[in-house]
Amino acid sequence: MITIKIFPRTGAFAENKDVARELRVKEILPALGAGQDVILDFAQVDAATQSFIHALISDLIRKQGIGVLDRLEFRSCNDTVRKIITIVVDYMQEGT
Amino acid sequence: MKIHIPNSAFLGNIDPFMRGFDPSSPECLEITANDKWIAVHPAVISMIAALGLTVDAKKIRCQRFEATSRHYFVRMGLFKLLNIPSDIVIQEHEPAGRFIPLTQIRTSDQLTSFITEMIPLLHLQPEQAKTLGYIVSELVRNVLEHAESEHGAILCAQYYKKSNSIRIGIADTGLGIKETITRSHPAETDLDAIRLALMPGITGTTPKEGGTEQNAGAGLFFIKSIASVNRDFFIIYSGAGFFKLLKKTAAKNLRLKADPFTDRHSADADMPCWRGTVVGVDITLDQTEEFTRLLDAIRETYGTAVRERRKERYKRPRFT
Repeated sequence: MITIKIFPRTGAFAENKDVARELRVKEILPALGAGQDVILDFAQVDAATQSFIHALISDLIRKQGIGVLDRLEFRSCNDTVRKIITIVVDYMQEGT
Repeated sequence: MKIHIPNSAFLGNIDPFMRGFDPSSPECLEITANDKWIAVHPAVISMIAALGLTVDAKKIRCQRFEATSRHYFVRMGLFKLLNIPSDIVIQEHEPAGRFIPLTQIRTSDQLTSFITEMIPLLHLQPEQAKTLGYIVSELVRNVLEHAESEHGAILCAQYYKKSNSIRIGIADTGLGIKETITRSHPAETDLDAIRLALMPGITGTTPKEGGTEQNAGAGLFFIKSIASVNRDFFIIYSGAGFFKLLKKTAAKNLRLKADPFTDRHSADADMPCWRGTVVGVDITLDQTEEFTRLLDAIRETYGTAVRERRKERYKRPRFT
């Protein structure tokens, strides 16, 4: 199990999709590939854009199936971040 | 090209200003202005700046501004950005709390720094800062990722004390919406393309539902939804297409529309051709809905739109 802290990479407003992609490609995917579960820790993140969350997790769902959510934990999300994540997870499931 | 800055051009009455734009002879730009008083939306200033950047500064002919409010254009940084001389003398004020001068953003990292610096400048409440940051991030990223504009995104914003609102204008001189959206979805006109771009889940990067790893086709739908829920103006102008979300009366339920043509709106398919895209948004701070409530409404509308599109594509077996 590894924990990836979002705040040190994005600050309080998580909007940079390049950072999201880097986290996904360089940290989340290798960890999942090595059989580890991943905690995405949003402590201190006040808000995130849908684009950021999409770039962070949509490709994981598309390529590994919705079951990948069993291996991802979204920790310390405030209401805004929680709802954005839910929107992205919803439309990724609706659309497939 | 010729562009005339009128006496007044805000999102409610911006249409005549757009119609007056002459895109012919793109190698030069002539700027004229009302000589009594000028009060315009930041989208107007962003448009002029974006146009000016496509032209050699020596080929910009700018009429001497006589209007009493002419110093405003200096403060917003128009002449400086376009590198053209101006004899208007002003006393520079600290911009905090009032406006964000013209800013050119060409990279993702520039955008992140800009947002970080912009929010404290406007002295907003956290909820309002969240909304504004969201709008700027999504709109500028659209330009950086899709427009392929040599000059990036040009934006500026103004706080209006009387209406307690922030008005933002973002312009680019890139490919325009039709060229990018039709890579994956058919659209006959620029206005058709704008309509598609405003629908949730439609992106020019793929015809597939759910988008690509980097794009979902949701950014503009979110922005239009923010304006709709807050009962504010929102305009988008690209090619010959122009869409304006009109103000509406307050409603108890936050109901959003997936198809922008079912919103209270006006549209024009025959505007002078703007090579690129312009977006203008007003945010009335007194009536800014709680962002999390808005997200609930977006979630519901988004899900319904995707399900309906799936239903349309669903093929039944043919029994003979």
